Amino acid sequence: MNSMRSTLLSINNLKKYYPVTAGIMQRRIGDVKAVDDVSFTIGDSEILGLVGESGCGKSSLSRSILRLEEPTSGTIIFDGRDITFLGKKDLRALRKEMQIVFQDPDASLDPRMTIGDSIAEALIINSKGTDTEREQRVTELMAQVGLETRYRSHFPHELSGGQKQRVGIARALAVNPRLIIADEPVSALDVSIQAQILNLLQDIQKQLGISYLFVAHDLSVIKHMAHRVAVMYLGKIVEIGDKRDIYANPLHPYTEALMSAVPSIKSKAQGRLLLRGDVPSPLNPPSGCRFHTRCHRVMPICSKEEPQLNELRPDHCVSCHLYR
Amino acid sequence: MTDSTILEVQDLKTYFFTRRGAVKAVDGIDFSLKKGECLCLVGESGCGKSVTVLSLLRLVAAPGRIVSGQVHYNNVDLVHCSEEKLRGIRGGDIAMIFQDAQSAFNPVLTIGDQIAEQMTIHGSIDRQAVKNKGIELLKEMNIPEPDRVWDSFPHQLSGGMKQRAMIAMSLSCDPKILIADEPTTAVDVTIKAQILDILHTLKEKRGMSLIFVTHDLGIVADIGDRAQVIYGGKSIEMASVSEIINNPGHPYTKGLIACLPDSSTDSERLASIPGTAPNPIDLPEGCPFHPRCAQVMDICRHVVPKQTIISETHTVNCHLFG
Repeated sequence: MNSMRSTLLSINNLKKYYPVTAGIMQRRIGDVKAVDDVSFTIGDSEILGLVGESGCGKSSLSRSILRLEEPTSGTIIFDGRDITFLGKKDLRALRKEMQIVFQDPDASLDPRMTIGDSIAEALIINSKGTDTEREQRVTELMAQVGLETRYRSHFPHELSGGQKQRVGIARALAVNPRLIIADEPVSALDVSIQAQILNLLQDIQKQLGISYLFVAHDLSVIKHMAHRVAVMYLGKIVEIGDKRDIYANPLHPYTEALMSAVPSIKSKAQGRLLLRGDVPSPLNPPSGCRFHTRCHRVMPICSKEEPQLNELRPDHCVSCHLYR
Repeated sequence: MTDSTILEVQDLKTYFFTRRGAVKAVDGIDFSLKKGECLCLVGESGCGKSVTVLSLLRLVAAPGRIVSGQVHYNNVDLVHCSEEKLRGIRGGDIAMIFQDAQSAFNPVLTIGDQIAEQMTIHGSIDRQAVKNKGIELLKEMNIPEPDRVWDSFPHQLSGGMKQRAMIAMSLSCDPKILIADEPTTAVDVTIKAQILDILHTLKEKRGMSLIFVTHDLGIVADIGDRAQVIYGGKSIEMASVSEIINNPGHPYTKGLIACLPDSSTDSERLASIPGTAPNPIDLPEGCPFHPRCAQVMDICRHVVPKQTIISETHTVNCHLFG
């Protein structure tokens, strides 16, 4: 799909189902298909933006890639190696290569650990270096994420939201990962702080050549950060491809609606494309194309047959019956 | 107070008295609301925008207290009038919707009961008439199967649906003013667009005035007629929305607009405002923004800037203009 960069991560037909049980016998009555047959690749030092509304499976997907959740089926290939069924020991080594930055910096830091200890913890777990070497690395990391060294002995509650997110980033960087999954890293922050963190993440990416899977619901943030974009709806990727191409010319009606729904200081709202209703439950998704219940260009075939992801233009795939 | 003004707020101050001292959440806010307009109060978290609107209806709980100011509505000062008088206005002429629809509803009563309750309190007694009107309102909010929703409990509705049911409830007594406190922050983009569309239609159709609290300048551009920018509990700029976005005066407003990913072309660096918002328990002396301001002057550190009129519809509180 992407010829310019060598592939770092490749996901093939990944599925993550959560069983739903009922009654005292815990009988299995169905599955929540959080991630349903998803495939994509991330190149070396590439930022792939993943957009979608709540409940579309963005977080289940990122957690499955990190093996924080066991995938139901499919393969995850990292740097040429199949990691889908890696054992505990190998997994630990793998985690040095893949790290995550969470949405809520408050919940991801231990309130009783100082900032310095929190950052050093990642180094201790991976038994990197002597005490003094670790000290030095912590200082280095704090400088890298723009935290003054005096915060080293502070506790998380003494820091602002933006500063806490910087600590989260420093912890992820501590082990020199090659891939960082950023799960809504700025959605809990104020706009003026959001810009600081986005700049920081961009600088780090340029300096260190790390790849990002950048998960967000804010299309303008994704547009700013990503090289390529994947749009998810109810567990499926409906459109994926080069950022410029997707933003200039969205093909899937859902992508089109998402883009027109974002209030922008550049345009007035009138004449915007409004979607009917809510996202259906992933426990019982609509037949055929999952988007057909809300689609403004729905055709008879959409409720019967599930569309496949087709490459319409170089590096721009869409899954929709309109383009067959 | 001119004819077209429906609500006037003067020098509103709300402090929270804690053991560590007085938290000056709102520290001198003035604005007036015209009939049929949408006024946006814009600011980042902790700037005092929510406490401002809560103070308008005296909904601030202890240890918070309105320490000074007046809110004029219909020849009544809402800050000083009797609780009884206020109760008639609150939820009646002036209604409010909140960010979190989940916690705004009582989980053990049906949606219908809760909409009916408000109408009954404000004088309607005919049960059938109340129900008809309520269902009509739900329909107006584009809620499918309004009869079923009327008898549903809040947990049976999706987030977007609850938000719309809450708007229906707030409209049940035909308010003249609707205060919306970040009603779209907790919902997804496509639902956000639906709710903004509903509010816009309501404003046009009913000639209702809207006070919209938000941190999102995109929404301001979308729905607002005028906007007031709040920082550190103080009003720092007030103008028509097009002036705020195309010709901002205050360095903070300029910074806020520049740091939106929206305003940059792709991959270039975002502008950012250094530092963080001030702690309202320990506001800086002089202009609250001076520690983060790139154009800070000596006077900014000591003297609170007064309102300067730039044009008929544009005022700025900044020494650069004084």
